[in-house]
Amino acid sequence: MDKKIKMRAEGVNFFYGRTQALKNVDILIHANQVTALIGPSGCGKSTFIRLFNRMNELVPDTSLSGNIYLDDLEINSAQIDPVEIRKRVGMVFQKPNPFPKSIFDNISYGLRVNGVRDANSIEERVEASLKKAAIWDEVKNRLNDSALKLSGGQQQRLCIARCLAVDTEVILFDEPCASLDPISTAKIEELILELKKDYTIVIVTHNMQQAARVSDYTGFFLLGELIEFGKTQDIFTAPQDKRTEAYITGRFG
Amino acid sequence: MKEKLYKLIFMVLAFASLIFLLGIVFILFKESLPIFSKVNIGKFIFGRFWYPTYSPPEFGILPLILASAWVTFGAILVCVPLGVGSALYLNELAGPRQRAILKPLVELLASVPSVVFGFFGMVIVTPFLQKIFNLPTGLTAFNASLVLGVMATPTVCSIAEDALNYVPKSFREASFALGADRWQTLIQVVIPAAGSGISTAIILGMSRAIGETMTVLMVAGGAAVIPHTFLEPVRPMTAAIAAEMGEAPVGSSHYHALFAIALILFLVTFIFNIIAEIVSRRFRIKLGLSG
Repeated sequence: MDKKIKMRAEGVNFFYGRTQALKNVDILIHANQVTALIGPSGCGKSTFIRLFNRMNELVPDTSLSGNIYLDDLEINSAQIDPVEIRKRVGMVFQKPNPFPKSIFDNISYGLRVNGVRDANSIEERVEASLKKAAIWDEVKNRLNDSALKLSGGQQQRLCIARCLAVDTEVILFDEPCASLDPISTAKIEELILELKKDYTIVIVTHNMQQAARVSDYTGFFLLGELIEFGKTQDIFTAPQDKRTEAYITGRFG
Repeated sequence: MKEKLYKLIFMVLAFASLIFLLGIVFILFKESLPIFSKVNIGKFIFGRFWYPTYSPPEFGILPLILASAWVTFGAILVCVPLGVGSALYLNELAGPRQRAILKPLVELLASVPSVVFGFFGMVIVTPFLQKIFNLPTGLTAFNASLVLGVMATPTVCSIAEDALNYVPKSFREASFALGADRWQTLIQVVIPAAGSGISTAIILGMSRAIGETMTVLMVAGGAAVIPHTFLEPVRPMTAAIAAEMGEAPVGSSHYHALFAIALILFLVTFIFNIIAEIVSRRFRIKLGLSG
């Protein structure tokens, strides 16, 4: 395990009101690797991933203890602007959520809010990120069409392109294929494997085959606890914890 | 058998409003057409003098149309910033508790009878304007604009707030996740997404202002003369109908002319409402809600 650590969580507890959603979670996210978080619905995996870009702050009446680091930066410390964190840690959501704008503007939006003004460089970066997200060939002739006219799978790749445009370092995927058909899912998975060369990837999924296919590390969550974490291969072939074994062999879920 | 009867009863009830609407339209046309055999329609609409009781009478309603236009325009200047501004505050900035108190209060403003608004306009706004601008009378287009604007504010606020509420949370999340701040998200994502919903709110606010009668009757001043500034008394179309219907002999030209004004007013608000409906349908489609 000589790989660089990109993000890490130490002793994370999280509450919605008085309900504890996460209990003392520690995890290491390796750079340029895909880390999958699996577990049954309501186990806290989505809540957990949303702590990496401080999205849970948008939910009223929540509280957090413990530390989360991006490189060596404690992302929740008082001097840190969440906006800065979100520029470095991008997110792709469960349901594709392009803006009701043109395909081009969906990508350029992130650039403009991050202070890129030059029209030429915006155009270049829009094209580059659409290419990286493997959707350029499908949309290059219709960049001014509404993004909502795209299919669900295309919309999701557009949302990935949107993240890539802002020079993100980490991409969080929150069940990105939950609403997609198998072919679109395969395309997204292929893309994830391609993207890990340049980005660190965390993916929440309730699909164990997906975790097995795309990830290098897997963490298993149950009732707000991280039960087991390790190399995907080990988790799926030789789980240490009985509960992990029961889950991955399909005894509950 | 019994079921059929119930079905019939409810069907009649359901069609009743349609029947009323058709009846009203029919009467409006029937009662207003006679005037156009005396005055041609262009002269009626663009005539500059409204002297219905002179002999010979003059039936030009341009002063009334312009009065309605001025007053409605002025009301828009008041109710759009107030209504849209408060909708933005309620939806984006107020906490849930504050919102739970404020929104019903704004809507309560809509339940104040218009005669009460008119009363306030007369006893509070009128002397105030008279003093500030040193006018012969405080009953002016400006006064009517202010009062109508406040009256239309709850309509605008309530519908605009609904429009903002319809903007899916996922748009905001996507924007925040890209590193946009609250202000950028509001201006560049939320407001454009809610744009046509907000336009609907404004159009319905206009429609409310142009059709309002009691208030303008009380505070607009009543002079049927083409207005040159906001600080002159005016007589909007609704006020003319309300004030003159009682004194116009049934079947006289004056009587038919008033019906013709009502017909024009009806067509204008009808068009406003259709535009609002089209815009709001487009809005729902744009946001991926049902058509």
